[in-house]
Amino acid sequence: MENDHFDTEIIKTKNVNFYYGAFKALTDITMNFEKRNVTALIGPSGCGKSTLLRLLNRMNDLIAGARVEGEVLFEGMNIYDPEVDPVEVRRRIGMVFQKPNPFPKSIFNNITYGPRLTGTANKSDLEALAEQSLKQAVLWDEVKDILGRSAMTLSGGQQQRLCIARALAMKPDILLMDEPTSALDPISTAKIEELIDELKKTYTIIIVTHNMQQAARISDKTGFFYIGKLIEYNATEKIFTNPDVKQTEDYITGRFG
Amino acid sequence: MTRHQKEIIIKNVFFVFSLISIFILGLIVVFLFREGIPLFREVSLRDFIFGMEWYPTYSPPSYGIWPLIVGSLIVTIFSSLIAVPLGVLSAVYISEIAPPAMKEVLKAIIELLAGLPSVVLGFFGMVIIAPWLQETFDLPTGLNIVNASVILAIMAVPTISSISEDALYAVPNEFKEASYALGATKFETIARIIIPAALSGISTAIILGMARAIGETMVVLMVAGGAAAIPESIFDSVRPMPASIAAEMGEAPFRSGHYHALFATGIVLFLMTLAFNLIADYISQKFKEVGSATL
Repeated sequence: MENDHFDTEIIKTKNVNFYYGAFKALTDITMNFEKRNVTALIGPSGCGKSTLLRLLNRMNDLIAGARVEGEVLFEGMNIYDPEVDPVEVRRRIGMVFQKPNPFPKSIFNNITYGPRLTGTANKSDLEALAEQSLKQAVLWDEVKDILGRSAMTLSGGQQQRLCIARALAMKPDILLMDEPTSALDPISTAKIEELIDELKKTYTIIIVTHNMQQAARISDKTGFFYIGKLIEYNATEKIFTNPDVKQTEDYITGRFG
Repeated sequence: MTRHQKEIIIKNVFFVFSLISIFILGLIVVFLFREGIPLFREVSLRDFIFGMEWYPTYSPPSYGIWPLIVGSLIVTIFSSLIAVPLGVLSAVYISEIAPPAMKEVLKAIIELLAGLPSVVLGFFGMVIIAPWLQETFDLPTGLNIVNASVILAIMAVPTISSISEDALYAVPNEFKEASYALGATKFETIARIIIPAALSGISTAIILGMARAIGETMVVLMVAGGAAAIPESIFDSVRPMPASIAAEMGEAPFRSGHYHALFATGIVLFLMTLAFNLIADYISQKFKEVGSATL
């Protein structure tokens, strides 16, 4: 993979440091993420993996006192360049959160929220987009007859797939997922994992997870973080069978974390 | 005495105290109705509510309070037209847009506004606004609907603003994050997510602000002008119900027709504010149950 990464890389961080006020949450992170791959970020709580994820679509901008050093290159463009509008970045790099967070609106209005912001107003276009996104998120069959119903009436797992569909409706290049199954039951989790496997044919997925089995199951590459540093970044198989760094092995085998 | 017995005693003490306040409230309502109802031996309910003439001291007297009801409604509506945008938008600014230092200053000012005695605001209306209105628009008097509406609006803004602000704060952060993550701007997030999600609370705030305006006495007594007639322009004087009651109760002979008529006016006013409160309650309950889902 290393030899052809110039063709396949889509986003990379270059010597990134991140601060919450005086607290340094990430130290010197340099990482390439490859196109149409699933990259998992693992590590104990507070290791900075979520911070890194949210830094990739400038969601950390919303936190007062947050500060970034270094570069995040998305298709060669530094998204922290003062010229860059974070709103544009977020339209191309979607995000799914830990807790399913559908809007208190109808299923249809949830899906079409993003496209409407970008000016898609034609009803049949919106309907087509909703159907397509819901099919991609494997939710269509369950909700096609109740699109007008409140998204709040869906189960947790359905809500999370709705949130994925909502992000997909923006036709993003990258999908960031912040522990998307941690609030779900095992059956819903399995559905989401299957979905991720399907989605990686089209999208680049970067996922933060607490669940190491999950990282092993679904990801192509895995990055292990500890106290704000990237300890090891390797093919998932290698990380879980024969890691280069002792600390990674200790974490994987449950000796700490 | 065991701990269990103590618990029972404490529980009963609280129960008795809450009962006392409800009991006193109940007595006031009973009293209001007992003193007001006898009027209807002299006048029909219809003539009282829809009667166009309020001449309680004439002989024979006329007890039509329609001009007073219209006066109350009109100053309430006009004050809401001023207070709702000011109150709601200031709440949005404070909760979503203002930098922390500005937020503190604005909140302090609005609290100060809430603490101003109504009689002081009434002075302001009489001494500053009334002469200005009179000169600018060449009116016979500056004590009129516009003046009363402005002052009532100043009184309603803190109520509307602080309750709306609570409703806006209560919107879960997850909704905002989801909106930003879909590439919404701050303004789009406020307009399409935050305000709709807080709408039940904001509606409650507006209705409670209106209830505050309709029940306010001192301001309308001082600056509404006191004419018991249906107004033809916003520069006409009116005599809202509370002003009429406050101004005339001292003169009305005990248990005369006039006295009963003022109490009956009080009943009407009570029912109106009660309705406002019930509507506010209904809205906040209804939207709470369905998670304001249909918006």
